[in-house]
Amino acid sequence: MITVRYFASIRETMGRGQEVFGSTAPTLGALRDELIARGGAYAECLARGQAVRLALNQVMADESVALVDGAEVAFFPPVTGG
Amino acid sequence: MIKKQTRVSIQTADFDVTTEIAALRANDHRVGAVCSFVGTVRDRNRDDNVAPGSIQSMELEHYPGMTEQAIEAMIDAAQRRFDIFGARIIHRVGVLQPPDQIVLVVVSSAHRGESFQACEFLMDYLKTQAPFWKKEQTPDGAHWVDARVSDDAALAKWGIVASNAGP
Repeated sequence: MITVRYFASIRETMGRGQEVFGSTAPTLGALRDELIARGGAYAECLARGQAVRLALNQVMADESVALVDGAEVAFFPPVTGG
Repeated sequence: MIKKQTRVSIQTADFDVTTEIAALRANDHRVGAVCSFVGTVRDRNRDDNVAPGSIQSMELEHYPGMTEQAIEAMIDAAQRRFDIFGARIIHRVGVLQPPDQIVLVVVSSAHRGESFQACEFLMDYLKTQAPFWKKEQTPDGAHWVDARVSDDAALAKWGIVASNAGP
């Protein structure tokens, strides 16, 4: 099982901050594709061309990074702090 | 060596620059320079051609845990790069109004150059790599603030490639 978390505009559109499910996606990019394929809010938020940033276990990561069981993955828009 | 005191705080409460500077340099006779930066809530967005008073409030969201970890790593990076003694970063979250304080960076060193540089480095890093998001409340409704390509460029001048604002 993995935990997937959503923040800011992505969290709002998804209507939830996190969900837990099983995935066999080998990479974070493949996980994104798996979610896009669900359609609806997933496709709207995570579609290719949307500016989406990712973190794996609370560290910024790119889509080539391997997904491992038990991981916490986060999808969020570009950050705007400071 | 950095002091064994809290380096990073994410909080709703306001902060006092004088208190934080005093704590950072307390009893450290090596310190000859302290540089601080305070970011505040503007009442209008630089790129918006709108009247003052258009931003009623701003809500800051963050990723608890990752935020603290990311900023701690930035301070470690600043320590490797610059000859500094200590650093303190406070970032507020929750609902803020113009002209509230949002963020504080304080750095201490023996000479001014290292403090100035490390302070700017930490802010440039934080702007593009710390997981915070701002939502502005205006008379026309609420909207999420867009990331700026200029912030990626600011970090690039330190030799760090980031594509936060990019596609």
